[in-house]
Amino acid sequence: MDTTMSGKVKTWLGVASAPIIIWTCIPLIWILSESLKSTSALGDPTQNTVGNFWPKDLTFDNYKLIFSGGAKDLFVPALWHSIVVCLCATVISVALAMFCAYAIARLEFPGKKLILTTALAVSFFPVIAMVTPMFNLWRMIGLFDTIPGLIIPYLSLTLPLSIWTMAAFFQQIPWEMEQAAQVDGATSWQAFRKVVAPLAAPGVFTTAIIAFFTAWNDFVFALNLTSSNARTVPAALAFFTGASQFVQPTGAICAAAVIVTIPVVILVLVFQKRIVAGLTSGAVKG
Amino acid sequence: MSSIELKNIVKKYGDGFPAVNDVSLDISDGEFMILVGPSGCGKSTLLRMIVGLEDITSGDLTIGDKRVNDLAPRDRNLAMVFQNYALYPHLTVFENIAFPLRLAKGKHSEEEIRQKVTDASRMLELDEHLERKPGNLSGGQRQRVAMGRAIVRDAEAFLFDEPLSNLDAKLRGQMRTEIARMQRRLGVTTVYVTHDQTEAMTLGDRVSVLKKGVLQQCASPRELYDQPVNLFVAGFIGSPPMNFLPAKVDGSTLKLPFVDVPVSGELATKVKDLDVVIVGLRPEYLKDATLGDQPQGAATFSAVVDQTEWLGNEQYAYIPFETDPSVQQQLDELDRELDGEGMRTQMVVNLDARSRVLEGDDAPLFFNPADMHVFDPNTGDNLTRDEDKAAQIARESEEQRKAALERAKARELREAQDASKAS
Repeated sequence: MDTTMSGKVKTWLGVASAPIIIWTCIPLIWILSESLKSTSALGDPTQNTVGNFWPKDLTFDNYKLIFSGGAKDLFVPALWHSIVVCLCATVISVALAMFCAYAIARLEFPGKKLILTTALAVSFFPVIAMVTPMFNLWRMIGLFDTIPGLIIPYLSLTLPLSIWTMAAFFQQIPWEMEQAAQVDGATSWQAFRKVVAPLAAPGVFTTAIIAFFTAWNDFVFALNLTSSNARTVPAALAFFTGASQFVQPTGAICAAAVIVTIPVVILVLVFQKRIVAGLTSGAVKG
Repeated sequence: MSSIELKNIVKKYGDGFPAVNDVSLDISDGEFMILVGPSGCGKSTLLRMIVGLEDITSGDLTIGDKRVNDLAPRDRNLAMVFQNYALYPHLTVFENIAFPLRLAKGKHSEEEIRQKVTDASRMLELDEHLERKPGNLSGGQRQRVAMGRAIVRDAEAFLFDEPLSNLDAKLRGQMRTEIARMQRRLGVTTVYVTHDQTEAMTLGDRVSVLKKGVLQQCASPRELYDQPVNLFVAGFIGSPPMNFLPAKVDGSTLKLPFVDVPVSGELATKVKDLDVVIVGLRPEYLKDATLGDQPQGAATFSAVVDQTEWLGNEQYAYIPFETDPSVQQQLDELDRELDGEGMRTQMVVNLDARSRVLEGDDAPLFFNPADMHVFDPNTGDNLTRDEDKAAQIARESEEQRKAALERAKARELREAQDASKAS
């Protein structure tokens, strides 16, 4: 691909991308602005600037509400549940998918195609169709409203995704690297650990991030398979209430939404550097 | 450092096709053995079987005195340089070279590893690149790192899989000399796979020519050139390749396209029952008659030159000729086996640079009939191969090889003594 673009093309691409950036950013900024509005400002345009968009007086009342106020008991445990459940689901699915993808990329065995197509078929399956039978099953075997009871269904979302992404990454690592390691005196496990794993690291991180987001954003499982002991943030948001039945909990929901976005942003910023494309360059003739 | 012995090695893939068929080779300690052949001849497969990356279907592979058929690559203690180097991109040059030492846990102290790696890097002139990553190195430097990884260990043997094929022509020449020097200096048994006959001829103590998984001839480069066993070896070795001319047998005369050559003695009895034979003439055996020095009994003729190429030190002339339909098929098949392009039938003549022969000239040429190779068109066997002479060449080559090894060892010893005196 030609990596050097002429100035003209660059300018035009910049101009063309501006509306898209605005289009995607406005809802996010809106959520932020709503979360910073006081309850009265939410319904009163005179207290806001830029139309009804930005509050004249910034207030952190909504954040106080969800962390130490009335919504504390609902939000704080939910945040912990989210973190625990998503991290567990991510770690387990990445670990399992790593071995599975390695086998798929490297070994010839009967049923290889079957595994891949099954993984794909599982991810095609609509979540809502699984939830009702699972609800009944989970209640019977005692997994309902527990952390493992949420991790397991999340694995069904993240595993197929992880297997497919990582198989693609492993296939890019030249076979000869491993063979060289074996000739150099490595066992299969050493070759994997010292050569394949470091080279596959960008793939593993990419996969982990995708898996984490998938689990983090899930709503249907979290809503239906939990009640209070394992409810995650996306589901918990639906149970926010206002100060009275006549007050909408808009501000609190927006504040919570901002809070749950933060880990996602941090994750991307931290791992962005690790997802260095072309780490394998220089391995073979180039 | 060990000898390697291959006994009736066969490699069959799932479809039953034998990629390597009944190959037996004896590679002695410290010898430089070349496996050469056109693509798909099984040379790389054979090498990968020696190192343990391919299973051996049947036969015995012995390294030292140990049968290693069922040993994993790591237990065979061989060092290999891959065609595309297979360097570890996440490790520095130093760590790449140190990799095999670090895997042998507890065997080497950190100090020892540093010593060995710096020794290797000094020998390969990689000192200033030790902290760089392979991605930032040039092709030749990567190649040297791959060699460093091999020589840093005390391996039983070195295995090279077309190590120079990714380098440009100039660098390839330099690295070829480097490899030859290194092998002599270290005196390590080496098996080297290539499809390039220049590499084969210049590097090898002995060269094994393979065709479709079958060993054709294993001999010193001189013997391959002077006494090839069959059409295939004769056509593969030499550049430009040997000319193959059809010749009608008429009593004790061979009727070549341009000239009649009388034959006598053993050869005459051998060709007696054949109608047509294939005569092999190396381009350098044909000479310009106007420049003189014709030996006694030379076959002289004149032919119209179609094209000439003057290269300064030598000159090629191309002379088209009509082939006999009865051997055309055999020659076409040979051309295919040698990865040829099925080009027109023409004779290449390597003339002296002084020769003033030009395109369209009716050039007077001669050759010595004793230089001629005569092949049976049905079997491809060389009817003029002289077993006594071949044995003599083999003996001489073996003596030369041993002498070279001795010299290298003596030099090493001397240098070590000088070094100890100096310190």
